[in-house]
Amino acid sequence: MDYIDPHIHMVSRTTDDYERLARCGCRAVSEPAFWSGFNRASAEGFRDYFLQLTEFEPTRARRYGIRHYCWLCINPKQAEDPGLAREVMALIPEYLDRPNVLGIGEIGLNRNSKNELVVLEEQIALALRHDQLILVHTPHLEDKLKGTKLILDALDDQGVRPERALIDHVEEHTVQMVLERGYWAGMTLYPDTKCTPQRAVDILEVHGTERLCLNSAGDWGPSDPLAVPKAMQEMRRREHPVERLRQVFYANPHAFLSQSPRFRA
Amino acid sequence: MNVVDESSRSGQVGFVNVVDEYFLEHRGKLIDLAAFLDRVDRAGQADDRRIQALRGALQLLLEPGPERARRILELLSDPTSEPVDEARGSATGAP
Repeated sequence: MDYIDPHIHMVSRTTDDYERLARCGCRAVSEPAFWSGFNRASAEGFRDYFLQLTEFEPTRARRYGIRHYCWLCINPKQAEDPGLAREVMALIPEYLDRPNVLGIGEIGLNRNSKNELVVLEEQIALALRHDQLILVHTPHLEDKLKGTKLILDALDDQGVRPERALIDHVEEHTVQMVLERGYWAGMTLYPDTKCTPQRAVDILEVHGTERLCLNSAGDWGPSDPLAVPKAMQEMRRREHPVERLRQVFYANPHAFLSQSPRFRA
Repeated sequence: MNVVDESSRSGQVGFVNVVDEYFLEHRGKLIDLAAFLDRVDRAGQADDRRIQALRGALQLLLEPGPERARRILELLSDPTSEPVDEARGSATGAP
């Protein structure tokens, strides 16, 4: 079955992974700007990264019949330095017209600090100035509940239209508040943190399939780029109808991402 | 026992015998957790705040009522509401 992985960090993956994704039915990926595992020393390092996201990765993906899209930002993990963040934000408009850029992301919070919140607010404003979609990272573990509330308030305060933003990494304690406020929600399938395929399908059974997407967030850490097809298998195991699988794994991400005129899959 | 998806939003009733399907793997996870707590005791780390938080979550697991996963995640969450002055270190999994 064809599917879309709306959040996967392919710069951290091998070309073999593209082949495996293609064999499992992946037709398009969207790659948010991420933290590289160490702090980039200057804004110029981000320029290189944005070139990788907008030139190299789409070319690599195309060989396997996968459309590659991306999101640009300074990731919240490196947002504790507002000076550097503002230098990076100043670069971003140069790249927003690239054919595979869908919007601003993944912005959000990491440890819920005051500086992170300032940078989040400025990146929301950047997205609104350029009429861009927004992809949001919510914090890890004990910081997620508080951080999700702070993020939703920041988005609402600036008048973001909820249908234009996807709040990612939701779990059982945050999914309802995201959906109730009209935003899209993403569940990330990770081996140890975030959601397992079983829990993600539980959440779909409890909250329905409207405005919910699943992703692998495959990156340089413990993660599985094939987590999305494994969740498809979990839904099949529970005998969910194929129409529901198509909605969750293809139609929903397609509907959100297609708000950008650049997205085709 | 059949599980019935009663969500009006999804409009579909799916049938699977949940206990038949999932019991063994979760029995295994429970024993893994027990063995981990034994290992923590042998290491003399039972007072670690993360282990204390885990013990609190285990108490909650025994309480009746739905949404156990949500309630445990809330128990393991930072209960404050204001941004912190500075981002330090990484999240650890318990407040």
